[in-house]
Amino acid sequence: MGLLEAIIISVIAASTPLLLAAAGELVVERSGVLNLGTEGMMIMGAACGFAGAYLTGSTFVGALFGIAAGAALSLVFAALTLGLAVNQVAAGLALTILGIGLSGLIGAGFVGERITPAPRLYIPLLTDLPIVGKILFGQDGFVYFSIALVATIWWFLYRTRAGLVLRAVGDSHTSAHALGYPVLKIRLLAVLFGGGCAGLGGAFLPLAYTPFFIPGMTAGRGWIALALVVFSSWMPGRLVAGAYLFGAVTILQLHAQAFGLGIPSQLMSALPYLATVIVLVLISRARGSAGSVAPASLGIVFVPDR
Amino acid sequence: MKKLMMTVAAAALAIAATGSSASAAEKLKVGFIYLGPIGDLGWTYRHEVGRQEMVKELGDKIETTYLENVNEGPDSERSIEQLARTGHQLIFTTSFGYMDPTLKVAKKYPKIMFEHATGFKSAPNMGTYSGKFYEGRYIQGVIAGKMSKKGVLGYIGSFPIPEVISGINATILGAQTVNPDIKIKIIWVNTWFDPGKEADAAKALIDQGADIIMQHTDSPAAVQVAAQRGVLAFGQDSDMIKFGPKIQLTSIIDNWGPYYTRQAKAMLDGAWKAGDTWDGLKEKMVVMAPYTNMPDDVKALAEKTEAAIVAGTLHPFKCPVLGQDGKPVECKGGAALDAGQILGMNFYVKGVDDKIPGK
Repeated sequence: MGLLEAIIISVIAASTPLLLAAAGELVVERSGVLNLGTEGMMIMGAACGFAGAYLTGSTFVGALFGIAAGAALSLVFAALTLGLAVNQVAAGLALTILGIGLSGLIGAGFVGERITPAPRLYIPLLTDLPIVGKILFGQDGFVYFSIALVATIWWFLYRTRAGLVLRAVGDSHTSAHALGYPVLKIRLLAVLFGGGCAGLGGAFLPLAYTPFFIPGMTAGRGWIALALVVFSSWMPGRLVAGAYLFGAVTILQLHAQAFGLGIPSQLMSALPYLATVIVLVLISRARGSAGSVAPASLGIVFVPDR
Repeated sequence: MKKLMMTVAAAALAIAATGSSASAAEKLKVGFIYLGPIGDLGWTYRHEVGRQEMVKELGDKIETTYLENVNEGPDSERSIEQLARTGHQLIFTTSFGYMDPTLKVAKKYPKIMFEHATGFKSAPNMGTYSGKFYEGRYIQGVIAGKMSKKGVLGYIGSFPIPEVISGINATILGAQTVNPDIKIKIIWVNTWFDPGKEADAAKALIDQGADIIMQHTDSPAAVQVAAQRGVLAFGQDSDMIKFGPKIQLTSIIDNWGPYYTRQAKAMLDGAWKAGDTWDGLKEKMVVMAPYTNMPDDVKALAEKTEAAIVAGTLHPFKCPVLGQDGKPVECKGGAALDAGQILGMNFYVKGVDDKIPGK
């Protein structure tokens, strides 16, 4: 395996959990809800995903457990913000704390256990192709699913009526409500979807990345996923580019160090965040002329009049 | 944002901890501040094991509280003070970055005794303690020098602090005794605990030709990646053989239990004094996991090296120690570098072909 090939494979692996979680959050935010609990839902997905895979011996069941755990936790958020019209920022932060604590509790019995990592695709001849073989035809299911997921989200948002309604709810919930759309129901579905995606992104870590569970193993990836959604200016295509860019910066800085390039590692560790800041500035400058901006109703509590 | 969350979580824990203290007025209350989760299987896990050993030893004479996931730096001050305010008479703060916050709180509460791990600042009511981990690193270096086919070691560092740098230097000095041309590739991940990033760093080192992986971070991710790739590796802080049964050579095990028991006993006897404890293989604060996955002659050499360090006939930093420029560094300890030079080490020795970040 050549070095370039190895680097690209590492980049894809590093980007996948970010892409999965961010894709879900993108849909949530497009519906006008800001769920800052991504980190909590991811770590819950990691704990439950590992538990599922450990108990059944199946990565697939583990992934389903992860999705269910993320969605279940997001239901708490939905009950608070949609049901009780609580402030979304506070509820999201609370969700993260809850998720970190609860996942530690659930995962405590599984610390130190090991599982077989997710199987990788192998197609004779194709996977054996030089350079591109392993990159295109030798990944695990999560990687292919994450790409398919974003493509589906794009198609849903821009090519279906339901997607149009979801965007309308996110841009002006009062108008959507006036037109007779069930704003809260649509948002509930979006939040659950986002929770499931975050749970799956979290489950990727113990199921495919480092096949063991340790409390807190998401280590802030949920926050990066949140930054990615802003980075992408709420567009699925840019989200893929952003996720892979973040992954690439993370991995390349490690390789740059091993090469002994002599760039301070502290600076390189900060690069992904620096990139986010730069993109935010660019978005803000481009606003008005072109480029999508945040959904207009993002983070605003909606209480339907009766 | 994450930092904020952790602080809130720690504060919540601290409040929860205060609730259970009313019934035990005569018991000695001992508090612990942990950097990571107790299940990290590395650094924090070993401190937690030490605490449990102390509880087992002293039984109902003491009562303990711990706060996990406490961030280093100013954030930790609140957590330490929380323990101080809730009747804890002896408080262990178990990471380098708690040094200044511990000192600050110690000055504010002169009647409470503090113990800070791996630092160099103290006060009448604040002692320091650490293990001579570099002794274990030196042995690992000898093993690595023997076992590496390509002569390239991969080293995952957390932060470029003296503790980690002295570990890198001890490793290369040990390796040079059996392979003078040994090379070392270093990656700093700028975190103590991020399994994914630690795994990425291990992959990067292996992809760039390192055939022995060693780490100074807290999770078993690196050992596990090495196992997947079939590359030899060393565990860290605890025995990680479970994660690489066929590739772990040995592991430095931190053994805090006896020390915690001793210090709590001293408190109970009214004999506690702010000390400056720095113990190694001899005192068994640093213990080596079984030497595995190596031929008998390498194992024998490792055991011989260990015995020599315990006997005091071999010092990893025996003079002359050559700096990167090949000139010997000042030797303040006579035959070897003195404690201050090792605890404050901020230079690489000859043979490390890299620069300390930020220098």
